[in-house]
Amino acid sequence: MQDEPTPTELVKAVADFLRNDIAPLLSGHQAFKLRVGINALDLVVRQLTQAAPAEAAEQVRLKEMLGEDGALLELNRVLASRIADGSVGLETAGLKEHLWQTTLDKLAVDQPNYASYKREAGRGRDDA
Amino acid sequence: MIETELSRCVQAFMPGASGVSGAAKLSGGASQETWRFDIVHPDGDVGAILRRSPKGYGAAPGRAAGLDNEAVLMRLAYAAGVPSPEVLHVLTPADDLGTGFIMRRVEGETIARKILRDADYAEARPRLARQLGGIAGRIHGIARDALPDLRKMTSTKEIAEIAREYHSFDWPRPVFDLALRWLSQNDPGPSAEVTLVHGDFRNGNLIIGPDGVRAVLDWELAHLGDPMEDLGWICVNSWRFGEIDRPVGGFGAREELFAGYEAAGREVDPDRVMFWEVMGTLRWGVMCCGMMQRFRAGPDHSMERAMIGRRASETEIDLLRLLAPRGA
Repeated sequence: MQDEPTPTELVKAVADFLRNDIAPLLSGHQAFKLRVGINALDLVVRQLTQAAPAEAAEQVRLKEMLGEDGALLELNRVLASRIADGSVGLETAGLKEHLWQTTLDKLAVDQPNYASYKREAGRGRDDA
Repeated sequence: MIETELSRCVQAFMPGASGVSGAAKLSGGASQETWRFDIVHPDGDVGAILRRSPKGYGAAPGRAAGLDNEAVLMRLAYAAGVPSPEVLHVLTPADDLGTGFIMRRVEGETIARKILRDADYAEARPRLARQLGGIAGRIHGIARDALPDLRKMTSTKEIAEIAREYHSFDWPRPVFDLALRWLSQNDPGPSAEVTLVHGDFRNGNLIIGPDGVRAVLDWELAHLGDPMEDLGWICVNSWRFGEIDRPVGGFGAREELFAGYEAAGREVDPDRVMFWEVMGTLRWGVMCCGMMQRFRAGPDHSMERAMIGRRASETEIDLLRLLAPRGA
């Protein structure tokens, strides 16, 4: 077992240092690149803390909808190919809700400030 | 030093020019570079831009129209009343600068976030959607027989190309499959009229001033095809930068874009525009995935590329909003 602090805590500490202490010292292209780097570290923290439960739920939904078991990547391959050949579509029970939930969970990690995400995440799940 | 070649070049094509100053590279990959410089002239210096493929990078990649064609198209657009930088000189082998052209520099802003937020553009903003419609109309109205030899594109070919690229990544994205299926089933087929299509008509390729659009740039993806493609592409949510209720580049409504287009004497097919908006959203998503592939393959192992790869999911939520809206 690895010791503490956790990867999340370490990455967050580095991101905070860069944001609070280094960013004010830079300008121009270096400042832009640093901002991209800080955004990447923030994304990593969100993925480390949020992705596991979301992906577990995604896998449960996929198993149920496809009637198959397997790793998440394999189940997504099956879903993608069934959508491509038309055997699964928006009329299929659960597909629309599944795609929405999966996409919202991805955006919560990738780009929680994206305007479309903020609009849709604010709608709640009931009207999906 | 590029200033030596540029000085010789400007003296040869511009009477009275004595040289250049302040040459600085603005952007550049391996095959295309953009330089800014001033032509020193007794009547007053002339701000200029060089767009070129350096020596040894003559061949244009896949979809590119080629720099010689870009120069021809910019001259045609200028003559048709499209805000466009004046092309001053097309490079020849004697210039020893590679292939490309020199144009007059147009001052203004290209960064969408500034155009959408800064007070300087407050008066221009409400007019931009309609103005862009008029500009697109004039681009599409350029006579076919005046055009250089360009790639021909149809909706059916574009679907096939995007599908091939998506499948080459071998990473399943069910929302992309849903979009591809929708595109195949809603493919409008060849358009009745085939025109010049700018191919990348959007925020970032427009120079805007407080007075409105000053120049349309970057004709690299110009081709012959369905004119509705340009109207759909500028409505893709990725170019709205947060102003999601103003579909035309974050500036205004589709109806304003269409009104400007019709005022230029052309007809709009809103269903085709919607088709191309879906296509454009998917195309940008696939381009983001391509950035991630190039990041992984190297040699440009940059953070920016890596992070653009993680923006593909933005197009997934936009595709769902278009094709499977909630509450509908």
